[in-house]
Amino acid sequence: MTAAGTGATRNDVWPDDIFAVLKAAEVGQVVYVPDAGHARLIELCQMDDGIKTVPLTTEEEGIAVLAGAWLGGERGVLLMQSSGVGNCLNMLAMVQECRFPFLTLVTMRGEWGEFNPWQLPMGQSAARLLRDMGVIVQPVNEAKQVGETVNAAARLAFDAYRAVAVLISQRIIGFKDWTTAGNAR
Amino acid sequence: MTDEKEITLDRRRVVARILRERGDALLVTGLGSTTWDAAAAGDHDHNFYVWGAMGGATLLGLGLALAQPQRRVLVVTGDGEMLMGLGGLATIAVQHPRNLSVIVIDNESYAETGMQATHTRHGVDLAGMGAAAGFAQSITVLKDGELERSLPIIYQSAGPVLVVIKVTTTAAPTVLPPRDGTYIKNRFRQAVLGSEVFK
Repeated sequence: MTAAGTGATRNDVWPDDIFAVLKAAEVGQVVYVPDAGHARLIELCQMDDGIKTVPLTTEEEGIAVLAGAWLGGERGVLLMQSSGVGNCLNMLAMVQECRFPFLTLVTMRGEWGEFNPWQLPMGQSAARLLRDMGVIVQPVNEAKQVGETVNAAARLAFDAYRAVAVLISQRIIGFKDWTTAGNAR
Repeated sequence: MTDEKEITLDRRRVVARILRERGDALLVTGLGSTTWDAAAAGDHDHNFYVWGAMGGATLLGLGLALAQPQRRVLVVTGDGEMLMGLGGLATIAVQHPRNLSVIVIDNESYAETGMQATHTRHGVDLAGMGAAAGFAQSITVLKDGELERSLPIIYQSAGPVLVVIKVTTTAAPTVLPPRDGTYIKNRFRQAVLGSEVFK
């Protein structure tokens, strides 16, 4: 994975910045559908004894798992790609109706320099769909701002009891390298 | 297929029988009939009723079981609700929560929408799916004696446990528990976690 158009090493540590924020926010459950953009963060969480990692078969499962976590006194976060947003819509009814705190970190596809046209529909409508379901959307376009944005979003979620999605731009994650086999997704 | 096996168990009696043994167990119900069944057995501040978000009940139970590993967590849901979240069986099995028991009250019908057949009426075997996913116990209950023998499995066996209980399609009166989601959530958290969590 390469961060296209950028060169500073600072741009490679944003997953570590997120991990530090999640630890400071005392997040106990990290639920996810595996994703290239979140690969580093998922590895950091898996190595941490204080965090339970829950791989999902589909993103909507994670919303229900995190609701149960909150009922049991634990904070959690859902990691997904923008294509997973569409899978979540009806399950977000539970978040809105019960006013569950909800924090999701979405790595964007179909947004900036995308090669795969099938990623465009969800990439272009993810923010609007989230807002329609009552989720506060906070986009971040620069690697150095990821940590502070996730920190602010975690406060809205866990202190102000709101549903918040941080959309991490494809500018930060970088283009897919289509010259390598096996990168179609 | 269950065509050749007579289904005699009544859903209200089954759910009331199970919940009589609940002690300090936490209960999650799925949308529709299982929520009315739990309400008929008696509203309780350790109950969380999922009135919507179909397919999410068992996974909500997973998150709760992971957060409260010292307490038994029961999910009582219907076959239609379970079928909408089948991937959850795999997700739960991978976490192997020892304290989680999922009970499917299986009338082989979508009761809320006019008793249309679910896939279980056509032979889909939910207990077989649970076993294949890797549940520690995954059984189907057809008779009273089997129901009694399932109680220690539901409350004491190392989970995850899946118990599919075949029940008749006999209509039961609708009994409504509270439906305001914020109220159900906060009441549950106050009962389980105490008032400190609201500070």
